[in-house]
Amino acid sequence: MIRFVAVRLLRALVTIFAVVTFAFVVLRMSGDPAQVMLGPDVPQEAVDAFRRSWGLDQPLWVQYLAYVKSIFTGDFGVSMRDKASALDLVLQRVPATLQLTLPALLLKLVLGIPAGVYAALHRQSFADRGVILLAVLGFTIPSFVMGLLLVLIFAVILGVLPSGGQDTWVHGILPTITMSIGGIGILARFSRSAMIEVMGQPYIRTASAKGLKWPDVVWNHALPNAAVPIVTIVGFMVGSLIAGAVVVESIFSWPGIGRLLIVSVGNRDLAVVQCILLIIAATMVVSNLVVDLLYGWLDPRLRSNAAH
Amino acid sequence: MDRASSNLVELRGLKVAFDGVRVLHGIDLNVGRGEAVGLVGESGCGKSVTWLAALGLLPGKASVTGSVRLDGQELVGGPREVYEQVRGGRIAMIFQDPSSSLNPVLRIGRQIVEALSLHRGLRGDPARREALRLLDMVGIPDARRRFDLYPHEFSGGQCQRLMIAMALAGEPDLLIADEPTTALDATIQAQILDLLIQLRAETGMATVFISHDLGAVSQVCERVCVMYAGRIVEEGSVAQLFSEPRHPYTRGLFDAIPRIDGPRHRLIPIPGTVPNPRHLPEGCSFSPRCFRAVEACRSERPALETSADGRQLACLRPVPANEPVERRTRVIEDMLQ
Ligand SMILES: Nc1ncnc2c1ncn2[C@@H]1O[C@H](COP(=O)(O)OP(=O)(O)OP(=O)(O)O)[C@@H](O)[C@H]1O
Ligand code: SF4
Ligand SMILES: [Mg+2]
Repeated sequence: MIRFVAVRLLRALVTIFAVVTFAFVVLRMSGDPAQVMLGPDVPQEAVDAFRRSWGLDQPLWVQYLAYVKSIFTGDFGVSMRDKASALDLVLQRVPATLQLTLPALLLKLVLGIPAGVYAALHRQSFADRGVILLAVLGFTIPSFVMGLLLVLIFAVILGVLPSGGQDTWVHGILPTITMSIGGIGILARFSRSAMIEVMGQPYIRTASAKGLKWPDVVWNHALPNAAVPIVTIVGFMVGSLIAGAVVVESIFSWPGIGRLLIVSVGNRDLAVVQCILLIIAATMVVSNLVVDLLYGWLDPRLRSNAAH
Repeated sequence: MDRASSNLVELRGLKVAFDGVRVLHGIDLNVGRGEAVGLVGESGCGKSVTWLAALGLLPGKASVTGSVRLDGQELVGGPREVYEQVRGGRIAMIFQDPSSSLNPVLRIGRQIVEALSLHRGLRGDPARREALRLLDMVGIPDARRRFDLYPHEFSGGQCQRLMIAMALAGEPDLLIADEPTTALDATIQAQILDLLIQLRAETGMATVFISHDLGAVSQVCERVCVMYAGRIVEEGSVAQLFSEPRHPYTRGLFDAIPRIDGPRHRLIPIPGTVPNPRHLPEGCSFSPRCFRAVEACRSERPALETSADGRQLACLRPVPANEPVERRTRVIEDMLQ
């Protein structure tokens, strides 16, 4: 068990490291922060001074080593724009993002999973077809289209909900719905197929042959088995709690991490972008790790494999 | 009323269709109290479907008609609750693939206790004690220590023992054993058969034993039903059918068994394959493969009728009584030359 966790942890660290490195290189190859920050018409001396003061005149690998070293001491750099700690800037935005993504996650779980399970248990019924159709619509329509559509209907035409901003909880309704619809569809489809698969297994027939009432067959015998694949998808959704907010926050001018990321990329504010990517990678990796551990808890067969 | 008291289960005209394709064409079969009946026939002839239908365990797309009576009470067409009361408590069923028939994520102790609390209202310590007694009875060594293990920690043979223990938990009047040994290797097969025979002697429950293995059927059962393409084609006592199979299909099944005893017997498989239920041959379904078929067989379907010696037989031109086995062997050899 300890070895199992240790191996996963090591793999997780390697993943994060790879993301950080990739971000570092790509950001520096794709435009000069000095140009963006100072504007086009500044004298060359000013540009040089800017680059010297941020260490951008050093060779790439020197910059990289310095960056990695500072990360290990907990220093995530300083924003070129605000001259404040990048980490502080990013962490300030976390609550706003979670205000959208946590309710959205909750919606996905409480609507997606029951809808999928219900559809699986009533196959070919009207409800089943409805769930499939909505699920397909939900995850084929891109979230920016969905967002604009909802704004058009509820803000522009009906005028019942605000189209942007973060003043009251009412402002969170449209972005939360936009963010959850695709996930509800994905979870519904996934839960449905997981449940259909499980319901066809011989042990479900055994449970019925035993004389168990139908709801007990479903709750005590089918759902614990279907949980394994469903947890995979949920883990993926938890992992993208932050990354998933980028598009929606931009549409609805919601001051969360996602919007900060877009703005900072535009400004070539290196430290901030790197810090956000690091946090996104870390949430994904950590949730993967938790999913792996949950597997063992849910499925005893995997537990004994992992023990070897 | 008499009939209801003499037979535990009566199937009458039991028919099953999947998506409009009929696979069971009217099965009539009685199982007496404490009796052991064998059900044999090649793969796909409807042995499992017969009993899954009787217990209402087929998927929703299956349409089941006809009659299944337990102690005179009709089950077919009844609400789900009727079946739920019968399953496990009156009629238990075990399956071909024991390892996948147990729930992989639940401890085996819990799976057995579940049946005990359902059928006998046992909970807590008494349930655990009774479960351990059952595990002991079916020959799971060291049951106390292994009570909280999961199915994958047991071998296939042990999983079948666990399934049997679970079936016994409801103290059923009838145990349907659907090819309980097919997935197991030979020595384990013999042990499970012995267990079934011993348990029946101890508990007095009736047994329906579904199998491809005629030898096993003769050990376990008093009576045998031979099925072909969704119908019963011959039925009688083990002694009758084994000494004198009259239906050419039954005869073919015997000839297909490799034997160590007897003179120069060769293994003769039945030529051809089981027909697809969508395209059953006209007349007798066995006619394309039958070594005794005549013209009439291809247009006229023989009905299941009681013959003089008391067996049931559905054939226009049965194998004559007392025909030595060699004769058929020679016929086939002639055909092959
Ligand atoms: N769930 C199902 N859906 C569609 N057809 C089915 C289903 N179950 C069984 N059948 C069909 O019903 C027929 C009888 O099947 P059944 O399982 O009863 O055969 P069997 O005699 O038990 O064979 P085996 O020895 O292989 O277990 C076969 O043609 C099979 O294809
Ligand atoms: S009825 Fe004819 S074809 Fe069918 S088994 Fe008898 S002899 Fe063979
Ligand atoms: Mg079968």
